[in-house]
Amino acid sequence: MNVRLYIWQRSTAALMLPLVLVHVAVIFYAARRGMTATDILARTRGSIVWAAFYGTFVLAAAIHAAIGVRNVLAEWTALSDRSAGLAAAAFGGLLLLLGLRAVAVVTLP
Amino acid sequence: MTARHLHHRHSILWIAALVHRLSGVALAAFLPLHFLALGLAVRGEASLESFLRWSDQPLVKLAEGGLIFLLLVHMLGGLRVLVIENFAWRDGQKELATIAAGVSAVVALIFLVRLF
Amino acid sequence: MDVRRDPSAGARSSAPPQLSVSLWRGGEQGRYQSYRVPLRENQTVLDVVTFVQRHLDPTLAYRFACRVGMCGSCAMTVNGTPRWTCRTHVAKVAAGGVLKIGPLENLPVIKDLAVDMRPFFEKWQRAKGAFAPSQTRADPFAEIKPESAARIAADAAIECINCGVCYAACDSVRWNPDYLGPAALNRAWTLVNDARDAGNAERLAVLAASGGCHACHSHQSCQEHCPQALNPTAAIAGLKRRTVQAYLRGEIKA
Repeated sequence: MNVRLYIWQRSTAALMLPLVLVHVAVIFYAARRGMTATDILARTRGSIVWAAFYGTFVLAAAIHAAIGVRNVLAEWTALSDRSAGLAAAAFGGLLLLLGLRAVAVVTLP
Repeated sequence: MTARHLHHRHSILWIAALVHRLSGVALAAFLPLHFLALGLAVRGEASLESFLRWSDQPLVKLAEGGLIFLLLVHMLGGLRVLVIENFAWRDGQKELATIAAGVSAVVALIFLVRLF
Repeated sequence: MDVRRDPSAGARSSAPPQLSVSLWRGGEQGRYQSYRVPLRENQTVLDVVTFVQRHLDPTLAYRFACRVGMCGSCAMTVNGTPRWTCRTHVAKVAAGGVLKIGPLENLPVIKDLAVDMRPFFEKWQRAKGAFAPSQTRADPFAEIKPESAARIAADAAIECINCGVCYAACDSVRWNPDYLGPAALNRAWTLVNDARDAGNAERLAVLAASGGCHACHSHQSCQEHCPQALNPTAAIAGLKRRTVQAYLRGEIKA
């Protein structure tokens, strides 16, 4: 990992610290109330706050996870740094795609 | 050379880094499934609802508790590393790593206790 | 203990207690071979290896020089832990009188207990571990305040004896052979904090590249095993900050 990847990975990590805490609080809240799909979507649909929160979360998680996966592949598999980077970038792209789609589905009015 | 017994792998901090890496890989593997499940809502409320009711099973709940542990242990372990890297050195990292794992386990346990 | 079955019974006065020692013999594809070495008081692991070479098998290859913990040439893997053997007492590490001594990890084995240290020192050079003077001998002495923050940071890391123990204990090195490793980075940190040094632009560029300081996972095995009680993990954390600053200021590229 060079300094550029390091900065991206650590800055997304720092950004996600409060996001994870809020997310865990949301999980506790939703699980406690045994919310139905209607309950959830009534709260999220049309909400710019939820869209922005989880949109940011997905973006940061995709970058952070891709770099982490790249490092694991480079160190623990026979892949070259370049191949590990390509595989991880593809994985990050997939996360971004699926994640933003999920956020859109749940928050668009 | 033949595999030898490597003593440094008994260190709490080595294990903490391993836990950090394995929890990260597990979370990365889980994320696409998580996103696909939420994306079910694209086919209407009913399909998301049927998924949520499926997830009421005890085993799925247990897995959710495990995921909360993974998320917290990865976050707190990462926070410990961020502090090492960005602030003046402080000793007692073994204790901090142990506390991070302990807090994560307790919170995950509380989550499960509240559900069952 | 059943005295009649004790092999040393009856011979206690004549035969001293023995250590059961196994030493790595051969190159990368070698094996451990067992020896019996008399147990003595105040015996170091290096004494044990030397006994084998002087009395049991003169073909045993190992490396040492000063015998007093200064030169950094006698490090080996002792019961799974990299150690400076000249300052490691048998009584401290040989539980049950058993010693298993191998060459250092993460370096090519030349023969028996001697490893090829070249990759280790080549990385010192790659990390720009040599002092780059900013002045000539014609200039007056540089005045360095011992209490300045930079000098305190350099002093904390300066006592490295190049023994390679940290390098052998580091799994980041094992998993990423390109990684400069704790010793070279610790050395670079002392120079980064040396007000007289003029090589930082080049040095930080290397440290910020792939295989540089950001490959460190903060396992702290280097700190745990350093016989000089240095903390390379802290030095590397400092380098991470310095390289990030330099990168964000546009002083280096990645």
